[in-house]
Amino acid sequence: MLTLEKVHTHYGPIEALKGVSLNVEKGEIVTLIGANGAGKSTLLMTVCGDPRASSGTITWKGEDITQKETAKIMRSGLAVVPEGRRVFSAVTVEENLSMGGFFNKTNYDERMEHVLELFPRLKERYAQRAGTMSGGEQQMLAIGRALMSNPELLILDEPSLGLAPIIINQIFDIIHTLREEGTTIFLVEQNANQALRLADRGYVLEHGKIVLEDSGDNLLVNEDVRKAYLGG
Amino acid sequence: MQSRFSSAALAAGVTLILGFMVLGISFSVEGVVPTLEVSESHKIIGLLIGAGLVFLLQYFRAEVSKVTAKMKGDGQAHELPSFMRTEKQQRVLAFWAVGALLLFPFLSSRGAVDIATLTLIYVMLGLGLNVVVGLAGLLDLGYVGFYAVGAYSYALLNLYFDMSFWMALPIAGGLAALFGYLLGFPVLRLRGDYLAIVTLGFGEIIRILLNNWTELTGGPNGIARIPKPTLFGLEFNRRPSEEGATTFHDFFGISYSSEYKVIFLYLMALLLVLLTIYVIRRLVRMPIGRAWEALREDDIACRSLGLNPTNIKLGAFTIGASFAGFAGSFFAARQGFISPESFTFIESAIILAIVVLGGMGSQLGVVLAACAMTILPEMAREFDEYRMLLFGLMMVLMMIWRPQGLLPMKRPHLELKRD
Repeated sequence: MLTLEKVHTHYGPIEALKGVSLNVEKGEIVTLIGANGAGKSTLLMTVCGDPRASSGTITWKGEDITQKETAKIMRSGLAVVPEGRRVFSAVTVEENLSMGGFFNKTNYDERMEHVLELFPRLKERYAQRAGTMSGGEQQMLAIGRALMSNPELLILDEPSLGLAPIIINQIFDIIHTLREEGTTIFLVEQNANQALRLADRGYVLEHGKIVLEDSGDNLLVNEDVRKAYLGG
Repeated sequence: MQSRFSSAALAAGVTLILGFMVLGISFSVEGVVPTLEVSESHKIIGLLIGAGLVFLLQYFRAEVSKVTAKMKGDGQAHELPSFMRTEKQQRVLAFWAVGALLLFPFLSSRGAVDIATLTLIYVMLGLGLNVVVGLAGLLDLGYVGFYAVGAYSYALLNLYFDMSFWMALPIAGGLAALFGYLLGFPVLRLRGDYLAIVTLGFGEIIRILLNNWTELTGGPNGIARIPKPTLFGLEFNRRPSEEGATTFHDFFGISYSSEYKVIFLYLMALLLVLLTIYVIRRLVRMPIGRAWEALREDDIACRSLGLNPTNIKLGAFTIGASFAGFAGSFFAARQGFISPESFTFIESAIILAIVVLGGMGSQLGVVLAACAMTILPEMAREFDEYRMLLFGLMMVLMMIWRPQGLLPMKRPHLELKRD
């Protein structure tokens, strides 16, 4: 469904991605793990077209999107939950969600209903300003907002960032539910343990290169991965 | 205690020194020799009293802030009064307000109507800038540039092509919008302070261009004899300006009075303001309005949702500028004379102050602030010299008591049916 082939990305003279190839198939959860500065977020942002890949190709649903405009990519059935949540803090939960459905008005009400079902908390906070909610609630809102565009592929950038363990569990449960419903998920995480347990397949990114690719379960027991990311 | 005293003394000392520089000494030129002299004693006494006041305020700062904290109140205090909560109440209130404004010129003096017209121009400018600054969050310090474009559009179109006000009005709005669009392009990549600096420069470029392009714009001499608007071709002069034209008082068979013209201008300004309010209200409720707010809140999140920040920013600049264009051409028509001097940076600052004072994004707030910012200086004409000082004082007090503005924005929001 989403395929990256030998993608290189530069920030000025610095090469952040050094020929990354990976693919995400329909219906699976794929996770990308790696240390700080490995290039995880850069990889996601390159998929979105900002920064542009300096070479290589990115294919989404059979179409080459490497040079496509960011706004157009984001409207083509792909949704991103950006790192650090980034909800619109001065406006209400409802307005945040409505921004998610900005370009896709079909079945708007049903989708709103569905998101509120997935996140009962958001229903409680419906008319509240997003900035006044807790981090976990904001993360739920960010995911809900992304779901409002009815995406085929949901890309999550570190959804567990800065959250309490119990909230992280809730978030991962929801990711699980979403997969059951048929949404394909590409999950970028530092929390390797939980991410790998949930994932069908995983990639390990180090210094801008994919160094390992295997099923989630295999990576979980892999010696190197255990040492580097799971604390021995 | 000791530190409290010394910090208060320091504040008073700084006030005294700065105040003395501004008020205490004055320059005068006798012949060719500039002389420096100490001002009259009443100014010095005033200065001392002021410094004493600063000392006391600083010394009893804790007590003062307790009082101001009370004035600030909790979140509830910022809500609209109870008689303005529901949509219906608001509509009824708006109806009465418009009615009162329509009657106003017939009941008050000519001078008051004149000031009211000026206020309405600032209301329009404030509302326009509110789109750019308040809604889209793009700090624009060169807004007066678009105002100038509007004013000169009408003046020049009239001068060279003999165009009437009503024909020139949409063109002036369009030209200002075009300039807004053109400015939008280079500043798209900038944000915050950098954006402010570039827009500031843009405003100055327009003014300097108008000042120096003497062949076209008359340079510092400006353009005079700009005709006033007509009412469906009826003029408000004592005598028709050309053969075949009819004047207002002749047409209705009443005797001439210069007040008709003033009242007509007022009503026209009111009409333009109401139109502006209506259009912007609609825009805010449309997707573009939400997109503006979302962009102000978070650029990256906007992009992640597939919004195109380029188009949204350009839209805000263009629409905001077009209102300045309308206001400008009306200003030119009202004054009858324009020169680059009317479009200095201080105008931009005043308009921005209106938006900030009113509460970013809030229409009613902007209207109130525009009234305050134009009517207060008019009422305090004797204090003309200290206008900027009072202006600064007002800003400081606002930032202490109501940092979110007089009437912060309450966005329209929809209620989903809940079971």
